[in-house]
Amino acid sequence: MKSLWLVLSLLLLTACDGALWNSPYSTDDAGESILYTAFTERPKHLDPAQAYSENEYQFLANIYSPPLQYHYLKRPYQLVPLAGSDMPRVSYFDANHKQLPLTARDAWVAYSVYEIRIKPYMRYQPHPALVPNNLYLKESDLDDIYSLSDFAEKGTRTVTAADYVYQIKRLVHPQLHTPIAGVMMEYIVGLKDYAAALQVANKAKPDEFLDLNEYPLPGVEVVNSTTYRITIKGKYPQFAYWLAMPFFAPMPEEAVRFYAQPGMKERNLTLDWWPIGSGPYYLSENDPNKRMVLSKNPYYDSERYPSEGEMGDGAVGLLKDAGKKLPLIDQIVFSLEKETIPYWNKFLQGYYDASGISSDSFDQAVQVSVGGEANVSEAMQKQGIKLSTSVATSTMYTGFNGLDPVVGDDSVRATKLRRAIAIAVDFEEFISIFANGRGIAAQSPIPPGIFGYRAGCEGINHYVYDCANGQAKRKSIEEAKKLLAQAGYPDGVDAVTKQPLVIHLDTTANGVGNKSRLDWIRKQFDKIGVQLDVRSTDYNRFQDKIRRGDTQMFYFGWNADYPDPENFFFLLHGPQGKVKFGGENASNYSNAEYDRLFERMKNMENGPDRQAIIDRMQEVLRRDSPWLWGYHPKNYVLQHSWLHNIKPNIMANNKLKYWRVDTAQREQKRHEWNKPVYWPLEILALGFVGFVAWMRRYLRKREGGH
Amino acid sequence: MIAYLIRRILYAIPILIGVNLLTFALFFVVNTPDDMARMQLGIKRVTPEAIDKWKQQRGYDKPLFVNSTADGAGTFTDTIFWQKSASMFAFDFGYSDDGRSISREIATRMGPSLAIAIPTFLVGLVVYVSFALMMTLFRATALDMAGVALCVFLMSVSGLFYIIGGQFLVSKLWHLVPISGYAGGADSFKFVVLPIIIGVVGGIGSSSRWYRTIFLDEIGKDYVRTARAKGLSELRVLFTHVLKNAMIPILTGVVVVIPLLFMGSLLTESFFGIPGLGSYTIDAINAQDFSVVRAMVFLGSVLYITGLILTDISYTVVDPRVRLQ
Repeated sequence: MKSLWLVLSLLLLTACDGALWNSPYSTDDAGESILYTAFTERPKHLDPAQAYSENEYQFLANIYSPPLQYHYLKRPYQLVPLAGSDMPRVSYFDANHKQLPLTARDAWVAYSVYEIRIKPYMRYQPHPALVPNNLYLKESDLDDIYSLSDFAEKGTRTVTAADYVYQIKRLVHPQLHTPIAGVMMEYIVGLKDYAAALQVANKAKPDEFLDLNEYPLPGVEVVNSTTYRITIKGKYPQFAYWLAMPFFAPMPEEAVRFYAQPGMKERNLTLDWWPIGSGPYYLSENDPNKRMVLSKNPYYDSERYPSEGEMGDGAVGLLKDAGKKLPLIDQIVFSLEKETIPYWNKFLQGYYDASGISSDSFDQAVQVSVGGEANVSEAMQKQGIKLSTSVATSTMYTGFNGLDPVVGDDSVRATKLRRAIAIAVDFEEFISIFANGRGIAAQSPIPPGIFGYRAGCEGINHYVYDCANGQAKRKSIEEAKKLLAQAGYPDGVDAVTKQPLVIHLDTTANGVGNKSRLDWIRKQFDKIGVQLDVRSTDYNRFQDKIRRGDTQMFYFGWNADYPDPENFFFLLHGPQGKVKFGGENASNYSNAEYDRLFERMKNMENGPDRQAIIDRMQEVLRRDSPWLWGYHPKNYVLQHSWLHNIKPNIMANNKLKYWRVDTAQREQKRHEWNKPVYWPLEILALGFVGFVAWMRRYLRKREGGH
Repeated sequence: MIAYLIRRILYAIPILIGVNLLTFALFFVVNTPDDMARMQLGIKRVTPEAIDKWKQQRGYDKPLFVNSTADGAGTFTDTIFWQKSASMFAFDFGYSDDGRSISREIATRMGPSLAIAIPTFLVGLVVYVSFALMMTLFRATALDMAGVALCVFLMSVSGLFYIIGGQFLVSKLWHLVPISGYAGGADSFKFVVLPIIIGVVGGIGSSSRWYRTIFLDEIGKDYVRTARAKGLSELRVLFTHVLKNAMIPILTGVVVVIPLLFMGSLLTESFFGIPGLGSYTIDAINAQDFSVVRAMVFLGSVLYITGLILTDISYTVVDPRVRLQ
């Protein structure tokens, strides 16, 4: 009994040291300039040549420094130099390599040369690969080494133009899978032949280190230590956007040689696992099963907080740190959080500085005013939590398969059927019920914020909506029924065969969780008397059906690679047809006029001419209705009052360097919100002691009775 | 006994081959190598060439079971099944489909799994036996009835409820431990205490009821009556005689699960963010990573067989009448 009280007293004593019992972090970290955030899925790749998904870029974009980046504050999204000392200088050449003026017609331009000058004196993060002796390791030297921190010595060196060129060569390395290799081979002069040469060399000596500099790549050349040139075929203004992605970050050849040494792979020491960058942070702790930590690169000294932004940014304090050296936070701790409930609760306790909102916690977090404006709930306001929203550069659509004889062809019958369905399926209702209002109904593939998007009545899809008081008002069901009858299906029955019309929808949504969504979509078709057969399937089968064109309708989505209309319109470009050409046009839509306009539009500079072509392309699409345009999701992000300089920026993944944390306020709030409650422990201990005492007395009495 | 053990180990080989074959067949009935490649490479901008390259680099470009283009033994050895399975019998698990060493991952993740599984197992055993003994001590009284009713109630509640309820009460409302996460060394205590309590509480219902039945079986036997007739107290009878004899079925039931403790708990690890082998398996299934799935199934089978052999040995330890031949 005495020992029990002793333990209890000790526990209570430890509580008096002021430490928070429920803090998931070490007490040593208290008061440090650390941002706490989470990741929900371990990244598959951390090699800038292979990574392509958001959960990989949230790390890589803060580690690597490509030549360009998106301005953090300015809108519409604007490219600005990152590692580049200025924007790339573009010059055009004809087929005879004779320089053309910048105003030259597209057709004359055979080559575009991008000359990129990088900032001098940029240095890499501390890394063992940059210690010359570490390039000649024997396997036995690695006996006690399982992480980069186990290496005694780390070095650095200046970033050179040759490192950027080396990385471009890695994009077609035969042992790597670079998602954009195909696109780049189409554009960068000589890259296709270079890839073929590497393929042959690798096949001949598969176990040997492949020296990329042994093979010529005419389209990419080093001019001097801070300048390099990329020559691309024709005119491709979107190329600049690719230069803002980690694919084009510098890679020191030493790092590749370092990781290629025997014994490295067996210890999970690979470039795909341990990056080497010249950006504001480096990966100092890499345990994707638990947490990943980015620490400030001690050699990063090339960037300051922007001193100008959008109108109003100054008023909300976004320019307070103008001119300060970046990054503003010393360390970023990413903790693995697979489940939404613990994530959300830790945010409310102050252990995460920012959080998204899952459907489960939406009502607790957000209240929507009568006017439709979203704001944080009263409880959140009391905690000082702020909400920021932005429309994603994504689109969630339902495609019709263009190869299907009922819904797909370009006949009047099929077109009217598609338009009738487009009116019937009420996406405003869908957004309200299933997305908690977090989205806007799409009028075309182009989301707001992308050039070509038109707001108000002039941007309305007049085949589905009418414009009333400047707002889009969905056409009536009677109108949809009229179209259906004109298509040859009065009341949803085929006028010729007298059979009810049945449309098949393929989706990966299945199970109880998705039942309400599927019931809802059936109900939408019921409104016009059409039967909907939902064919739920697993992800693999679904992909397979899309590839073979074995669908009628299907759910799909697209996240933009870069903020340009070309990156959305190409999803409906005929030569990108999924079945015939293995491209990204999953609905296999094909329209000669649209394809012709797309070819003209894709390489144009933004301006009235491009807008006019886009308007025409949208008209063709709306008329043909190859998709139910669906909706563009809205991102809702909550942040605590101690986190500053937050501005939603959908395109930039390297935002963390601009953020600032008031650590004193965070500490104070955490202590305020997380005082341990001791009475349950006391009751439990007292109850246990009481029960044991009662039992002893009872047994003594019973034994006495015997 | 040595001969018996050698025989049992030899029996294990065809069992492991069978398990391996079954895992392989089930996996590839649902997923083709192309599906696996697509899962790894993502949705955007994946070309057929990239898929072929991925398969070739990982050896998934070969036939599944029979290679008709190869000669001699190559007909069977130059296949996905042989290439992926043979090395496992030397406990060489190779690399996951994303290129990481599986053995290294298992070695790293085993610690966190055991940090929860071993205390849950030991504390649980003590609690379940104590609770069952208490019910036996108060048999046929209101306390016993209440105990049984509590057991039935605890058995009827879903494991997920304990986890979410525990996180809500202990972490969110009372702020006594972190909701989720993990740290190595001594810091791990505050992270594992709640999963352990929840694991123990979740098992009280079924285990204590089972142990109570065993104790009640024993308590009616002649040797217990004799002990009582000698004037021993009820506590002495229970702890010295009943518990000792009831240990035979308890121990044999318990020993079989000991090796499986290494495999971790799928649900607990996922909800508490514990980086153990349970969450490794779940992640591999979700990512269609066959290399990891087959390694974990193989390891599970080996540990289960080990558990069964240990159970046989434990019989001889706790009951001298049993001889292994």
